[in-house]
Amino acid sequence: MSHLLEVKDLEVKFALRFGELTAIDGVSFTLDKRDRLGIVGESGAGKSVTGFAIINLLSKPGYISAGKILFEGQELNRLPEEEMRKIRGNRISMIFQDPMMTLNPVLTISTQMVETVLAHQDVSKADALDIALEKLKKVYIPSPEKRLSQYPHECSGGMRQRIVVAIALLTNPSLIIADEPSTALDVTIQAEIMDLLLELCETGDMGLILITHDLAVVSQVTEKVAVMYAGKIVETGSTEAVIHYPKHPYTQGLIKALPGSLQPGSRLNQIPGMMPTLTDIPRGCAFHPRCTISDTVCQMEVPALISVGDHDRMIACHMVGKTIP
Amino acid sequence: MQNRNGLLKIKNLVKHFDISGGLLDQLAIEKGRIVRRRTTVKAVNDVSLSIMPRETLGVVGESGCGKSTLARAVLGLYPPNSGEIYYQNKRIDNLTPHKMLPYRKKMQMIFQDPYASLNPRMTVKKTLEEPVFFHNKSITATQVKEKVAEVMQQVGVDPQWADRYPHEFSGGQRQRISIARALTVDPEFIVADEPVSALDVSIQAQILNLLMEAQEKRGLTYMLITHDLSIVQHISTSVAVMYLGKICELAPTKELFESPRHPYTQALLSAVPEIGRKKTEHVKLKGEVPTPINLPSGCVFHGRCLYVNDRCIDEPPRLIRLDSGTQVACHGVEDGRL
Repeated sequence: MSHLLEVKDLEVKFALRFGELTAIDGVSFTLDKRDRLGIVGESGAGKSVTGFAIINLLSKPGYISAGKILFEGQELNRLPEEEMRKIRGNRISMIFQDPMMTLNPVLTISTQMVETVLAHQDVSKADALDIALEKLKKVYIPSPEKRLSQYPHECSGGMRQRIVVAIALLTNPSLIIADEPSTALDVTIQAEIMDLLLELCETGDMGLILITHDLAVVSQVTEKVAVMYAGKIVETGSTEAVIHYPKHPYTQGLIKALPGSLQPGSRLNQIPGMMPTLTDIPRGCAFHPRCTISDTVCQMEVPALISVGDHDRMIACHMVGKTIP
Repeated sequence: MQNRNGLLKIKNLVKHFDISGGLLDQLAIEKGRIVRRRTTVKAVNDVSLSIMPRETLGVVGESGCGKSTLARAVLGLYPPNSGEIYYQNKRIDNLTPHKMLPYRKKMQMIFQDPYASLNPRMTVKKTLEEPVFFHNKSITATQVKEKVAEVMQQVGVDPQWADRYPHEFSGGQRQRISIARALTVDPEFIVADEPVSALDVSIQAQILNLLMEAQEKRGLTYMLITHDLSIVQHISTSVAVMYLGKICELAPTKELFESPRHPYTQALLSAVPEIGRKKTEHVKLKGEVPTPINLPSGCVFHGRCLYVNDRCIDEPPRLIRLDSGTQVACHGVEDGRL
């Protein structure tokens, strides 16, 4: 069976004056139709770079140095830019963090929406406007006809993000990549946007990659999750299994560090140290200096992502089978 | 207020900002006549609360609710339009800058963004020594050095790094340094405005632990401004929920999270995503937060409330105290409807 999206041993490097930095190091995952995958990690883990690499939007000096990205059978990383444009924003849409930065402040909502439709579909302007209206209704924007003639600054933050989602839907994509879509928003609005994304995925024929640092959001919206650390996937599996029974020491640490699971007032379980910068990723397992169960082998060898027990559960840790069951 | 021995008391505090601009910006034509009109942002409207010694009061609310303005007004960084602020039963909001000095030493602030709140051209040592010198003119250089080294140790920054500049540190380390800066003058009361929201989860836990440790060791009182309810639930003793510049509910933390009374608090709590909890039915509010320029009549929340009636539209609710210790400003609760 062919997957909707298959990322195989993706490697992204940044060519800098003093040498090359590896931002993504051998990331692989698959996504089927209607799947919802969460990519979680802290800043610098490479989760956004992964998203950008998929739609070939890496700006210089970043480039894909190895690996394959297969989308609906096409190898995206080998496509010429002209072909890529037919996919980007059409078959694959992206939603970014800050809706004010995504929308053009000097164009009306309708201009921006019609432009997107006309870029990908051979329809008249009037038809394009109808499509825009239909999508605005789909994301529950009150009085959508009025919104069309407005400028982004006339809308609130939540409304803007809804418009961005509507724009992403214009071409009926089969995959949406949402990079921190709710981070800039308040909790009540975040809840609405997440509900909306979930509903759209369930009713439409769409896959979703949700890139976020927020484990709670991931646990509500996605079915599968990949936890990234220093450019690598360290643990992946069904969201429920990973959240409830984390196996990798980093995932465990992340979940335990959240307030809420503990008696109020007690000390939080902190992970000592911090994420390494790309210039000095430790030898062996990148997490070993912060790990509580690391061994000498962790300092020497990079652990491979191997499957453990249940189906599609994978973890990259030498201690699997030793300390970790 | 109800409590005579509160460390900090705020009475009917009001802070409005004039954003009308120059004279020409204020002029408008109305019914054929030129009128002059001022525009004000009503950031904090009639807020009263008191903080007990060694307590942590969490102030929560969405962006634009006035929580940061409240924090700054408390420290005298914004002069209030009206209302009174008492510190240890002494009024401090009308003091001259000179008379305010002793209080500045007792009240310190930690800011949200450790990238913006540290002077990039000052070494850590300079940043930390400056407030000590400023507040103790008679102190000797060696004493200052010892003090700074001691505080750096306490916040987990190696004193050997004192000669480095802020850019040489990570976000978490910088936030430790800004906490150290607040602690060097041995304050009693610290206002922390979103102290961890710029940090990653694993670093957040480190900083929150540090704040809790410092509170235990030094007997500090905190006013913690944040939008993250899980943090408030974890480290606060009581919580004030703000909406459009007003307190809608003020309660002991446990009480607030277990039985929120105000419809806005209920909606806010239900919107918080919780790890391991599947998609839940959260309370959907009508519409959006109105601008603080034109406040709604009556209860500021009435336009979005699910239980609104005529009284809510006409009459602003007062903060009433319930038997559980919760204070809530809602006609529905007062009338026994909710």
